[in-house]
Amino acid sequence: MAETTLAVDIAETGFEAVIGMEVHAELLTRSKMFCACSAEFGGEPNTRCCPVCLGLPGSLPVANRQAVEFVVRAAMALNCEINRETFFHRKNYFYPDLPKGYQISQYGDTPIGVRGWIEIETEDGGVKRIGIRRVHLEEDTGKLLHSSPSESEVDYNRSGVPLMEIVTEHDPRPGFDQINTAYEAREYIMQLRQILLYLGVCDGKMEEGSLRCEPNVSVRPVGSREYGIRTELKNLNSFRSVYRGLEYEIRRQIETIRSGGVVVHETRRWDEEHEVTAPMRGKELEQEYRYFPEPDLLPFRFEEAQLERLRRELPELPLQRRRRFEEMGLSRADAATLTSEKAIADWFEEAARDYGDPKPIANWVLTELLRLLNQAGEGIQSCRVRPAQLASLVRLIDDGTISGKIAKGVFEEMFRTGRDPREIVEASGQTQISDEEAILSAVRKVIAENERVAADVRGGKEKSIGFLVGQVMKETGGRANPRLVNELLRRELGAG
Amino acid sequence: MKLTLEEVSNVAFLARLALPEEELRRLAGHLNQIIEHFAALQQLDTTDVEPTERVVPMVNVYREDVALPGLDREDVLRCAPRSNGEAFLVPRVVDTADGKDGGQ
Amino acid sequence: MTRDIENIQTAWQASEALRSGRISARDLTRASLERIAALEPSLSAFLALTEEIAMEAAERFDANPAAFPDPLAGVPAAVKDNMCLKGVPCTCASRILEGWEPPYNATAVQRILDRGGVICGKTNLDEFAMGSSTENSAFKVTRNPWNTSTVPGGSSGGSAAAVAAGQVFYALGSDTGGSIRQPASFCGIVGVKPTYGRVSRYGLVAYASSLDQIGPLTRDVRDAALVLNLICGHDPLDSTSYPGESPDFTKALRRDVQGLTVGLPQEFFAQGVRDDVAQAVRDGARVLEKAGAKVRDISMPNVGYALPVYYIIAPAEASSNLARYDGVRYGHRSSAASDHVDMFMRSRAEGFGAEVKQRIMIGTYALSAGYYDAYYLKAQQVRTLLRRDFDRAFEECDVLLTPTSPTPAFAVGERADDPFQMKLADVCTIPVNLAGIPALSLPCGLVDGLPVGMQIMARPFDEETMLRAAYTFEQATEFHRLRPAI
Ligand SMILES: [Mg+2]
Ligand SMILES: [Zn+2]
Repeated sequence: MAETTLAVDIAETGFEAVIGMEVHAELLTRSKMFCACSAEFGGEPNTRCCPVCLGLPGSLPVANRQAVEFVVRAAMALNCEINRETFFHRKNYFYPDLPKGYQISQYGDTPIGVRGWIEIETEDGGVKRIGIRRVHLEEDTGKLLHSSPSESEVDYNRSGVPLMEIVTEHDPRPGFDQINTAYEAREYIMQLRQILLYLGVCDGKMEEGSLRCEPNVSVRPVGSREYGIRTELKNLNSFRSVYRGLEYEIRRQIETIRSGGVVVHETRRWDEEHEVTAPMRGKELEQEYRYFPEPDLLPFRFEEAQLERLRRELPELPLQRRRRFEEMGLSRADAATLTSEKAIADWFEEAARDYGDPKPIANWVLTELLRLLNQAGEGIQSCRVRPAQLASLVRLIDDGTISGKIAKGVFEEMFRTGRDPREIVEASGQTQISDEEAILSAVRKVIAENERVAADVRGGKEKSIGFLVGQVMKETGGRANPRLVNELLRRELGAG
Repeated sequence: MKLTLEEVSNVAFLARLALPEEELRRLAGHLNQIIEHFAALQQLDTTDVEPTERVVPMVNVYREDVALPGLDREDVLRCAPRSNGEAFLVPRVVDTADGKDGGQ
Repeated sequence: MTRDIENIQTAWQASEALRSGRISARDLTRASLERIAALEPSLSAFLALTEEIAMEAAERFDANPAAFPDPLAGVPAAVKDNMCLKGVPCTCASRILEGWEPPYNATAVQRILDRGGVICGKTNLDEFAMGSSTENSAFKVTRNPWNTSTVPGGSSGGSAAAVAAGQVFYALGSDTGGSIRQPASFCGIVGVKPTYGRVSRYGLVAYASSLDQIGPLTRDVRDAALVLNLICGHDPLDSTSYPGESPDFTKALRRDVQGLTVGLPQEFFAQGVRDDVAQAVRDGARVLEKAGAKVRDISMPNVGYALPVYYIIAPAEASSNLARYDGVRYGHRSSAASDHVDMFMRSRAEGFGAEVKQRIMIGTYALSAGYYDAYYLKAQQVRTLLRRDFDRAFEECDVLLTPTSPTPAFAVGERADDPFQMKLADVCTIPVNLAGIPALSLPCGLVDGLPVGMQIMARPFDEETMLRAAYTFEQATEFHRLRPAI
């Protein structure tokens, strides 16, 4: 709520922001980009290093096929054109976490993917198609720890982990849109993250830095064509900080201009606790990367067949899937929840297919299943209930074998044990009594024990029958089929 | 194109070489001498000539995504000018805007 | 016994002696180590001796020669000190690598060790292989065994001197613009720069990645073939390594050049080539002609541009390859550093020698914004024109014959302060690296009592024809039997 009011503030200033997003995503490969060291997160400092990722003299890089294919997949999912021939460059700069003195990256107009787009929803529920300029592959750097006041520690475990860079179009092509608000920027990163998770190429942990977002932002009077001076933001380690950081920076720039100042081109760091952006300390070294083609690696030429295979392997993406679920008759909110995680959506669809009607299955998943998963703090992956089992549980309700009330209990046991619903129901003898003989004897017993009430009913006191029904249910331990009980009581009492 | 002393000292900074003034002057002279020899190339017409970046005609050289153990940490740190047994140590790095790709 | 050893001139003769049991690898190795010790004061060819590694390998061989079928097993050798030998300091003749001991073996070195080779030491070079005289070493100036007041050439001058002086039977060098062939010619031995991709560069400390190639320095052509058999082959650790099978190069050792067309590119006989040197090479051509080859003059118009192209591309790649020497993980770190930028700048300024700094500066400049197109890109385009010259030449010719160097060995210090004269020493060898083709230098005469080298170039991956021509020439002449008096 507070968020929208802030956004309104900005709208009322007569300024608009223009936001470019530069995202780095660490790829979920087993090994690093150019060597066989483990790419897994964590590990004792400097225990996942070899001559290559330490930049030892004489070492040479060899490209990880999986990483290249991951980026091709991601680029396809982001609607990019894939460059048939692509290669690496060296980006030269000095920093203690960069062991070779250059980063192997992709530069110029032949990265793996170009001219893509991604759709996001705006605050007013509209849809924007954000242009993506490039998707390229590079290597991550090591980590610096500023443990002591006089020295920093360098850990190269992350050095050489495959990194995908995704950059939005700063000046979108016709038919494509720009990111203009912090809300849209957050939507963009959320959408992007969800797509990468669907593809299984990145685990999207912003706090751990496996998904890193560096927006650049400028403001200009609404309607003006030129762009203002940009600042870059670093240290946005959550959706929230992406939103808060940009909100702050946009307002800061507008206020600067309104109070007659000028925005300086600089990199600013988001200070999480004070909720402000501040210029990075230290000498801002003018960058001159001296890119040139990496002579230690050969170009990649993608064959049509390979691209076709990768395209076929693409999963349905979150947005399309959500829309399809809506077409099944689910509400947007329900569809959104069900597609928030690919595994949940898959589980739901399998159950729905088995059962034949998505609606009741959706209700069970959204209410019971997600509730229990939350309580247990488990993911759907570790869920013991198989989709087919939920389908058969719902069928047991339909054919009257159990009541909806009992079903909830049965489902909880399924969740605990993973046993079949029918098995559980039979073992606990909870099946409904639908056999007339059995119920009739109970009915007669109840009538005999409650003469007066019975008389009232015979005398036409309709609503008193409810009491008798209750008594019969009690007699049968709540297992009698209520419809039958009613029917038989009326027959016995000759009531309407 | 003649290189000024200032340009030369900018290049020296890009290359992270702390050079005294007189060495910069000497280098400026030397660089300009060499650049004169480069001038010969400008006479050649190379429109539409593909650059040769690599002399090997191969493409698509990959390794499969298999993780193997690397070096023992002792070997990683053995020749470090300064380390604490776990990490390399460098003079406190001020939080500059360059460095780690993707911030953090 | 020792007389036996003294009579052994080549690696293949040493191998025969070992196999026949006339001598043991232990004795052979001890003799090498003694000769190294004896001549080191006058030659300064070595930066490190690896006596334990050598003796251990020799003993392993003597214990069971049958386990080491390679002809070079048990034969003493040396490697240039820009290749990694695990646990032995690798300096590249630079202070910046002070105290660095590689935790791994270069692939070429590993192949020698695996096959029972005996590595006696690591040889001197121009710092980071940048130079043509081995005077640019941070540690010592290597001398030419033929005349110790002259240079052995460079940058593989230590390896060349060690082989020429009989300290070892063969050595590995690296060749980026002539660094194997030019010292081979100065020292009167055989040096081969294989096709780019033939020998893995893994573990070779990079100077210019698109030009560097490891190769042998040997007493004769047969030894060169044997060393090529030892070190060539695909290496999955080097993306630019040639995946095809490499042949048995000794099969090419035939005295037969019938129907072979030998080209003499006139441009290589111009540009400051001394007349007596040019004459020696032309005489060499006549030898092949007599043996049945067709010899013809050809022209390669763009060869004249090779030098500027090389002095843009090599330093550009070097400026990037040498960026890793920052004082963080290994090597020299300035004690006076206040922050990390200061640490980089001081450590590198203190650690690199003048020539290296100069090339880093040129390369950094050539790659910097605004100059990239004018220099680096332009150079790569002219490189293409040069390659086309070679393609055309090899449509008409099977091998090309040129001088290896315009002059014989020059005096120590003579060109130290004349950088461009120094670079002229590589004018005949540089085009080969730019084109990536194989070339070999072998002795073809003496002028002023100093050896002259003849360079034979061949098509990519056609080392066999190159070796065949070289072998035919060698067997028809006596130059390979000439030894320095030292
Ligand atoms: Mg990047
Ligand atoms: Zn590694």
